[in-house]
Amino acid sequence: MKQFKLSQVILASFVLLITSCINNKEKVYENSADIPVSREMTAELTSPPNVPTPVGRRKAKKLMVSMEILEKEGTMTDGTTYNYWTFGGSVPGSFIRTRVGDEVEFTLSNHPDNKLPHNIDLHAVTGPGGGATSSFVAPGHSKTFSFKTLNPGIYVYHCATAPVGMHIANGMYGLILVEPEGGLPPVDKEYYIMQGDFYTKGKTGDPGLQAFDMQKAVDEKPDYVVFNGKMGSLTGDNALTANVGETIRLFVGNGGPNLVSSFHVIGEIFDKVHVEGGSTINENVQTTLIPAGGAAIVEFRVDVPGTFILVDHSIFRAFNKGALGMLKVSGEENKTIYAGVVQEGIYHPEGGTIQTMPNNGKANVEESTSEKSLAEKMESGKKIFMQTCFACHQAEGQGIPNAFPPLAKSDYLNADVNRAIGIVLKGKTGEITVNGAKYNSVMTAQSISNSEIADVLTYVYNSWGNNKTNVTTSQVDKVRSGK
Amino acid sequence: MGLILRLTICIIILNVSFAFCQSKMVSIKGGSYIPLYGRDSLKVTISDFEMDVYPVTNQEFLEFVKQHPTWQRSQIKKLFADNSYLINWKSDTELNDSQLLKAPITNISWFVAKDYCECQGKRLPTIDEWEYVAMANKTVADARKLESYNKFILGWYEKPKTFNNEIGSTFKNYWHVYDLHGLVWEWTLDFNSVLLSGESRKDVDKDTDLFCGSAAIGATDLMNYAAFMRYAIRGSLKAKYSMKNLGFRCVKDIIN
Repeated sequence: MKQFKLSQVILASFVLLITSCINNKEKVYENSADIPVSREMTAELTSPPNVPTPVGRRKAKKLMVSMEILEKEGTMTDGTTYNYWTFGGSVPGSFIRTRVGDEVEFTLSNHPDNKLPHNIDLHAVTGPGGGATSSFVAPGHSKTFSFKTLNPGIYVYHCATAPVGMHIANGMYGLILVEPEGGLPPVDKEYYIMQGDFYTKGKTGDPGLQAFDMQKAVDEKPDYVVFNGKMGSLTGDNALTANVGETIRLFVGNGGPNLVSSFHVIGEIFDKVHVEGGSTINENVQTTLIPAGGAAIVEFRVDVPGTFILVDHSIFRAFNKGALGMLKVSGEENKTIYAGVVQEGIYHPEGGTIQTMPNNGKANVEESTSEKSLAEKMESGKKIFMQTCFACHQAEGQGIPNAFPPLAKSDYLNADVNRAIGIVLKGKTGEITVNGAKYNSVMTAQSISNSEIADVLTYVYNSWGNNKTNVTTSQVDKVRSGK
Repeated sequence: MGLILRLTICIIILNVSFAFCQSKMVSIKGGSYIPLYGRDSLKVTISDFEMDVYPVTNQEFLEFVKQHPTWQRSQIKKLFADNSYLINWKSDTELNDSQLLKAPITNISWFVAKDYCECQGKRLPTIDEWEYVAMANKTVADARKLESYNKFILGWYEKPKTFNNEIGSTFKNYWHVYDLHGLVWEWTLDFNSVLLSGESRKDVDKDTDLFCGSAAIGATDLMNYAAFMRYAIRGSLKAKYSMKNLGFRCVKDIIN
């Protein structure tokens, strides 16, 4: 008994000794301002959607950040360009990664070809204007200022030169991360996404170089709401990638200038959200609100393969104005978590016994109907189109770039009418090329009758510059029966 | 025949050299107006003066530095110009191949612009004078409220590399002056009298007399945005700075 007690005391004192050793080694500073820095280090800056290497266990350093401001023309969407003002040549600007206690020496250079003076307001800065006052720089010049990172979190930076709204609307924003001592917990993949709204003279999709429209900006009526500065920055070949079983961390910012983002990933639940980029962690979140001039860190494990769509769940922005991205996850399926379609069947509220009856009846009705006139077909086809097709292919058949192919002046459509009928009947999955652009999404089989298919296709073929094919019910019958 | 030819050449040379010494000016009738940053109580009165029709060109400036070597790139005092002074010239007295003779001179400091004007018995315009002439469009003296006027200016802000366009490539305004908008920014005599801190939100504070824009910034019309950017660029300058998009023109008082 006594022996046991003694050993306990010895053990306890050992533990005490060890912990006191550790305490000596890693002093905890109550005030971040007191954290000493050792040595200089040049900051790694990355353009979206990439982020620099995590800080890990490194000590606070004097961190040299050098950023160049470039005013340059870039692509908003296929055929449409815009004069972006950028931090580091990209929208959003370069990602800056620091840790608490770093002394950041920030050099802001304004390219000589630029027309305007600029500055930078980093929300991670404790000081007047977030650095804006000290960084106001004329074209062809540079300014250096320094600050110490006191609070961990993810912060927005932006230009604050008059007219501020215009500078932000042209793309002058980005994110700076301040990691806590010891860094954020390691994850498998990290990405950088930032939403922004853009205001152009022309309407959404109007071709050519589009100028900034001040009135629309003041009215808060954007033509584009996009991730990472343009439509399609995160779709198709630019989609984010991951493997099943990996944990993903997204640094999601919102540059604004006007809109608040309801950030959501279709088919995923955020395991963790650093609410508003701060220290509060919320768990099991479906959609997180990201204020203009704010950011959040979201983390989730991807358990099943597939394409997960990133959207601003103010959903018209996603499908009509561009706020849509993709995360492609590859790997083994897990049928327990997501089974996919298990069984397809016919649903009859009256019960299963009479299920052959309506089919027969319907077929009879169709046979007895004589072929409608073109005008009748157009009228009925338009109705069907607006109910069934409009959501994806849009009112003028223009589709949505990178997501849903156009029906207007569509080479793919006009090339083969039977193929078109087949697609409406059976759906279509996989890559196709329409008018030179690649699309890779899913159209489901449409459960409409043969005559309805004939009507809607006749409507489509006789609208928007297509080849005026008159599709008949018997043509649809043939395709359906596979003859 | 030979005599006539020689005579013509003489006249041409005379004309050309005359053009070098004195660029064309037009007279501006004075008046009073409220500048962008002003309030009713801050009405500004402008006396009659003459203004250069065009900004000073590369060619004119080349002649100037040939006659005044102290302003040549290798000779200039570091106090009077930064490192980008005439940076694109081939040498002290030669333009780069890509620079047009008739394009406006840029990459020059305030000091040299001021001296250039003084050498010709002129001076740089004040901000108020410059803005007074620049608020005209083709037909009216004060077009600031017109959407088309503001659209043109805002449109220019988005056009890259206009500094290499020739003078006269924009419009002739009400006063018969060209290129105030759409070519390059221009130095003014008192550019640094507008103390914009660069932190535009701070400038809104009515308690500071840094920049009396408090009334203007609250408004939403386009005019503020176009002009605010001009004031912002002036606020970002120092007298020794030289910039690729910044040139100048001269004015002259009318002495009765």
